[in-house]
Amino acid sequence: MQRARGYPAWREPGVTNVPYWVYTDAEVYRDEQQRIFRGPTWNFLCMASEIPSPGDYKTIYVGDTPVIAVRAENGAINAFVNRCAHRGNLVCYKRTGSAKRLTCVYHNWTYDLEGRLSGVAFLKGVQNRGGMPADFDVAQHGLQRLHVASYAGLAFCTFGAETPRLEDYLGDEMRANIDRVVGRDMVLLGTYSQFMPNNWKLYMENVRDSYHASLLHLFQATFRINRLSMKGGIKLSDRGWHHISYSIAATDRDSGDYDPKALRSMSESYRLKDPRLIEGWQEFACGTTLAIQSVYPNFVVQQINNSLALRLCLPKGPEACELLWWVLGVADDTPPQRHARVVQSNMIGPGGLISMEDGVVGGWVQRGTRNDDANSSLLLMGGRDVAPSAEGRATEVSVRGFWNAYRELMEI
Amino acid sequence: MQADIRQAIEDLIADYAHCIDNDQLERWSSFFTDPCVYAITTRENHARSRPVGIMLCESKGMLEDRVLALRDANIYEPHVYRHLISAPRITPQQDEVYAVQTSYAVIRTMQEGSMSVFSAGVYLDKVVFEDGAPRFRERVVVCDSERVDTLIVIPI
Repeated sequence: MQRARGYPAWREPGVTNVPYWVYTDAEVYRDEQQRIFRGPTWNFLCMASEIPSPGDYKTIYVGDTPVIAVRAENGAINAFVNRCAHRGNLVCYKRTGSAKRLTCVYHNWTYDLEGRLSGVAFLKGVQNRGGMPADFDVAQHGLQRLHVASYAGLAFCTFGAETPRLEDYLGDEMRANIDRVVGRDMVLLGTYSQFMPNNWKLYMENVRDSYHASLLHLFQATFRINRLSMKGGIKLSDRGWHHISYSIAATDRDSGDYDPKALRSMSESYRLKDPRLIEGWQEFACGTTLAIQSVYPNFVVQQINNSLALRLCLPKGPEACELLWWVLGVADDTPPQRHARVVQSNMIGPGGLISMEDGVVGGWVQRGTRNDDANSSLLLMGGRDVAPSAEGRATEVSVRGFWNAYRELMEI
Repeated sequence: MQADIRQAIEDLIADYAHCIDNDQLERWSSFFTDPCVYAITTRENHARSRPVGIMLCESKGMLEDRVLALRDANIYEPHVYRHLISAPRITPQQDEVYAVQTSYAVIRTMQEGSMSVFSAGVYLDKVVFEDGAPRFRERVVVCDSERVDTLIVIPI
């Protein structure tokens, strides 16, 4: 059912000027749940390897809808809304587990691993008293089932009947990067989460914002880990939905942009006392040292040198979000390679020497813009278009791509 | 175990918390041997023996790099910690290594005054004596929650 939408008009030009009310408006938030997360998008569920055996399940969220991912008897991954068809209680209240059937503890309604209602307590009543009406059809009251598809060991789901096939949704270029980073026998080296006091879109903009990387994150510049003058660029999928911001190790000392005097790292006091912190190896033949990929709406595949991770940004109300991290290694890592990945994980996460500022800057924008319906942000760096950019990363083109997709889905 | 050893370990643990809560991070590395292990991880990662947590330093140099970054590179909203520490449970092991477990809670106060229980968990320490002074050969901070609010920059 379509409600009348009460929020202000989005002034043109659209993708270069984002109205601040999108970060606080409760009605926008509700509509996003329907039009984006329960709309024609593929949402990351889990790594297929997290639920290896029939009955293994994991609970997660699609937007803020609770979802169960479960390994079926036939080896497929099924996903259901984690909500009993009876009274809406959570069917699985643990984060992970293993069960032959999914049973709601409230009134003992039981579902099989295909989500079919297989048992209703006191269906026929007790001593012929009470019970469900004679016309109650068990087959009509299964769990709400989502479409599931996997790519490179990553399981995604969608509510939308019209969502393109996952392979097509991702497209060749996005799939190639997923293959490159995680299309191997991956192992989970650690997990954690980061709770942030800002709208989920502020984090996803930040992920796509290659402009800020060397400006906000001074650790990189200080210790010469990454700079805009490295060779790099932006790949954008059709209409800007997904993006990859990448850099390739380059001998950029001959470039005119390289000014030793301007870099604090030339001071001896800014050399790492223990450079093992950033030691690694050239893992990829293409020379890629950094690739941050976002899959619309809220999933991230990360390669920062040898630090590999998945991130999922879950909305938690208009002014909060939670970022879940899966930090990964490869099964056939040598011990020194594994150690390098573990040590490099100091760069990422809520305590990450590179990434920690991403946890705080969204909250500052949230505070800076709260409940201002008149003003908007400015996204002009690198032009006004939504197109791939080979000209380096001093551009906000991927952020404009995010809003292009957003406006399309929200019809806003 | 001799009473003076217990006392020295208790003093080490108290002084460590005092150092952090009073912004004396330049002497943070002096509590450790070199090499050492300082790690912040979560209960779940620890239980599953997963090697990646929230922070990991393997030498005094890495500890000092963390402090240098915190002072001059990283950007965050000013805040302070207040550690509440339980009595330590000390278990002598072989080769004069002492395994020490201490529960902690850290209350974080932001510059605008908001206060929260930022972290609670346990320190899992391996303490050794160098020139008669106790040092952490290993200090693993196991946080009960796997969720961190906003960011973690000051060590626990």
